[in-house]
Amino acid sequence: MNQFRKTLRSAPPSAWFGMLVIAIYVLASIFAPWIAPFGEREVVGAEYLPWDDTYLLGTDNLGRDMLTRLIYGARNTVGIAFLTTALAFLLGSVTGLLAATVGGWLDQLLSRTVDVLMAIPALIFALLLLTIVGTSITNMILVIAVIDSTRVFRLARAVAMNIVVMDYIEAAKLRGEGLWRLITREILPNAMAPLVAEFGLRFCFVFLMISALSFLGLGIQPPTADWGSMVRDNATLITFGDITPLLPAGAIALLTVAVNFVVDWMLHRASGLKE
Amino acid sequence: MSENDKQTLLKIRGLRIEGRSDETWSEIVRGVDIDLRRGEVLGLIGESGAGKSTIGLAAMGFTRDGCRISGGEIEFDGIDLRATSEAQRRSLRGNRIAYVAQSAAASFNPAHRLIEQYAEGPVLHGVMSREQAHSDAIDLYRRMQLPNPDEIGFRYPHQVSGGQLQRAMTAMSMACRPDLIIFDEPTTALDVTTQIEVLAAIRNIVEQFDTAAIYITHDLAVVAQMADRIKVLLKGDEVEENDTRNMLARPVQEYTKSLWAVRSYQRQEQPLAGPGEVPVVSVANVTAAYGATPVLHDVSFAIHKRRTVAVVGESGSGKSTAARVITGLLPPQSGRVLFNGAPLPPGYRQRSKDQLRQAQMIYQMADTALNPRQRLRELIGRPAQFYLGLNGRALEERIRNLLDLIELEPDQYIDRLPSELSGGQKQRIGIARALAAEPQFIICDEVTSALDQLVAEGILKLLDRLQSEFDLAYMFITHDLATVKSIADEVVVMKEGRVVEAGSKSEMFTPPHDPYTELLLSSVPEMDPDWLDQLLDERARGGAGAAAASNS
Amino acid sequence: MNSIWTMIAQRLGFGLVTLFVISLLIFGALELLPGDLAEEILGQSATPETVAAFRRELGLDQPGYLRYLDWLGGVLQGDFGNSLANQRPISELIAGRLGNTLFLALYAAAIAVPLALTLGILAALFRNSLYDRAVNVFTLSSISFPEFFVAYILIFFLAQSGAFPSISNISPEMSLGDKIYRTFLPALTLTLVVTAHMMRMTRAAIINLLASPYIEMARLKGVPPRQIILHHALPNALAPIINVIALNLAYLITGVVVVEVVFVYPGLGQLMVDSVAKRDITVVQAASLIFAAAYVLLNLTADVLSTLSNPRLIHRN
Repeated sequence: MNQFRKTLRSAPPSAWFGMLVIAIYVLASIFAPWIAPFGEREVVGAEYLPWDDTYLLGTDNLGRDMLTRLIYGARNTVGIAFLTTALAFLLGSVTGLLAATVGGWLDQLLSRTVDVLMAIPALIFALLLLTIVGTSITNMILVIAVIDSTRVFRLARAVAMNIVVMDYIEAAKLRGEGLWRLITREILPNAMAPLVAEFGLRFCFVFLMISALSFLGLGIQPPTADWGSMVRDNATLITFGDITPLLPAGAIALLTVAVNFVVDWMLHRASGLKE
Repeated sequence: MSENDKQTLLKIRGLRIEGRSDETWSEIVRGVDIDLRRGEVLGLIGESGAGKSTIGLAAMGFTRDGCRISGGEIEFDGIDLRATSEAQRRSLRGNRIAYVAQSAAASFNPAHRLIEQYAEGPVLHGVMSREQAHSDAIDLYRRMQLPNPDEIGFRYPHQVSGGQLQRAMTAMSMACRPDLIIFDEPTTALDVTTQIEVLAAIRNIVEQFDTAAIYITHDLAVVAQMADRIKVLLKGDEVEENDTRNMLARPVQEYTKSLWAVRSYQRQEQPLAGPGEVPVVSVANVTAAYGATPVLHDVSFAIHKRRTVAVVGESGSGKSTAARVITGLLPPQSGRVLFNGAPLPPGYRQRSKDQLRQAQMIYQMADTALNPRQRLRELIGRPAQFYLGLNGRALEERIRNLLDLIELEPDQYIDRLPSELSGGQKQRIGIARALAAEPQFIICDEVTSALDQLVAEGILKLLDRLQSEFDLAYMFITHDLATVKSIADEVVVMKEGRVVEAGSKSEMFTPPHDPYTELLLSSVPEMDPDWLDQLLDERARGGAGAAAASNS
Repeated sequence: MNSIWTMIAQRLGFGLVTLFVISLLIFGALELLPGDLAEEILGQSATPETVAAFRRELGLDQPGYLRYLDWLGGVLQGDFGNSLANQRPISELIAGRLGNTLFLALYAAAIAVPLALTLGILAALFRNSLYDRAVNVFTLSSISFPEFFVAYILIFFLAQSGAFPSISNISPEMSLGDKIYRTFLPALTLTLVVTAHMMRMTRAAIINLLASPYIEMARLKGVPPRQIILHHALPNALAPIINVIALNLAYLITGVVVVEVVFVYPGLGQLMVDSVAKRDITVVQAASLIFAAAYVLLNLTADVLSTLSNPRLIHRN
């Protein structure tokens, strides 16, 4: 615990800022129903009302309270992005670790498959698959998770490869240790640091992709509150000099920046420690 | 000593250097003085962490990232290096003070030819024109006895071998005819037979051009050959300084004495096994390959209970591969491995738990041999648990027992992580881990090669004691003949995948020998300042492995 | 030099194989994935007859490999089939738009690459200075922004005043200068996002290079800083930098899609998004193939160029 506290204290201001922002977002997501002034889909007034005391950030294109939508958007967009990342991560890291540990034909098979899947740019591939299976939330989660897991695979495999060549892994193999124990007790503890950092990076990527898809009208569908589609729906306000549509876009940007700051600090520490 | 005037070339007083780790600065060099006269060679000797490299660089007014000079004076030929401008220092570097790095392969720019990198210095410092530098380079390459001196300079670094690159780098350092050259462990990474050539070349050139030199190394025998005076360093402090011959004959400080005494440890040689005694492990006519590349050819040797067989050879000799065949990591193409007379399944996956238990391995680099995320308790306890089914209290007792055996206080160490231990302590844990399985046979793969000499001696003594106590058979892989002399009962010499010679230790160290063995034995530096000269003379006359030397 | 040409030939061969496999993947995705496209597109008018007619129309009653070969054959001749939505030949739809997208991408690249390289190299040379730290924070934020955020900010600040148009509907008859003016905002958006990535990667590559032992050796020979950079570092920096550029140009390809939608730019990306919404699978397949091929080609070029600029690989016996 002491080590943890010491580590926190040595963090640069950018990392502190990042952690604070992330905390706020997480709290907003969890406590949305209690914090939001109105209901998620509740129409409370006329369209495009300006900012005033009742509707702190005005209303949107259907007359719903903007602030409420923003808060619920946190829960939806962030929640879905997190779930997708977790799925991608699970799939990618298990296969990556297996490929590196078992090696041989399994490694070749998985690596070639991943190479092919990664040969098509992510967004394009997602669009293609979504055309075929249709744009529902479940489909989007599955499609993005599968596409993103390829990147996680690459990293997990690379990290595991560096570990697998160590003498202590050879010693464990010679002992006769089984595959499960080899991966969980010998390899995984040494792979945690880069994997956790990568989780943060993948989250950013997935989060931005989901927002982009929703912005294009192909992701999370209305009336669910979601930042990407909120930008799209209220885009016309920009031409009238109103910055309200920039708020959900800014919310997206802010979270991504925060996570990037924290991950950057973690990577900096990890590489510094090695030297 | 030169016949020129003996003015002081380099004068360093009270040098203090700090190094940074994380955010704090700590002293790594604590008040060192150096006096160097023209044409004189000073040997800086010490174990790792003594600060030798840092001092060598400081003599050029240079510090690496993360280091800073915090005190003292550095005067080169009357110029105060700390006070003068960086431009002035730059004009000295490569010109009047040159540096030869430890790894030539990494220190040459892969994008440019060797001869261009040679010429860069003289042209830059206005000492010679490019054409002159080119012909000078060829001349130096010839003096360094590099093959094809006319054309070798036109190659790129990756097209030239390690030993040749080291000589090319030494030649390059001479380009501007500097007054002082700093040699930073120039032969540490080389095979012992290549080392001879480089040492001879360096000695040669320094004499020819009457250059002063600071020779940094951790190898006592090497420094005895190269230096006029020796200074001993320990963790940034000076311990002792004297003329080479005086220093070798009459060391004063305790630390110096202990450094000198290391090579005197000798284990009592066990007699050869009787004809009826079944060897614990025997390798019978093993031929093995990595894919299409053959690595072992018809290799045979045997190891008996309570004996240590030293398998010795240079890099590429196949000694580590032999170990991998024995442990089952590399199944042989033909031949077999026998354990107590019975053949073992060629691959480790086909072996039973008990078969795997009987042969254990200790690795060279403790950093990669111990899982950094496991505490000692688990590192040592796992084999005991896995093989012998020990658990709970019995397991705890066994772990403590093992820690006692390796001379580490159990209460203090049992819950530590490997990162909290020193190199020698980590190696002891490696030994304990092997012992935990209660094997009959242990392979020691270069276990002392990465350790400082004092620490290495401790490990060797420990291994010896354990062998007598537990009736163990050891296969000791090493490239260091001094170690072989200390601990072996029998010796197997390997070269390029074949057994060149095998026999008891006393046999091996008395002539006549196979020419390669001859070469190997004679290439090991002794602590006698005249050794190198004598060796070179002998080789010139055709003895002492000369035949084998000219073949490699 | 023979071995290097063999290496390059191998890479090219591998690239071709990759393209082939991608075409299989793009075509085959339709087969392998659940969801009967016919029924979903026809929606309410999905009776057995209409479904059968639809399938016959698309040739879905023929075996898969025949259809694939048909399609592939057509593609290689420039015929991508017809759009499901409006029955027009896809090659007509794509022709002009592909050119527009390439124009936009090149426009952005022309600004981004020199800018990013200069700033990145400077950041590496003046490491840990105030400039470097500011650059680090700035680029880290920049790569976190979604493209549409950057686009709308630019529109807000630059298009409001009427300085630049917020909708870039260019057409072939316009002059080059006019096109450049109208396309400025989308190009700028792309530039901002890509530059940040490129800058960071360049900086990392150069810092890595500067830590090499041979750089230290050059310093110990008294070589002045400028010569160290130009003579020692640069020749070895080509390969990693080329890699960085290619990776980011490849990224441009996907960035283009969102930017085209925001600015209503008549490019391939916008066509693709519209087609996805209408589930016009044939158009989506064609567009995917083109984008993927461009991506593969870029990576291939990067591979080949960086092999050619790697000193260790060129000079072999």
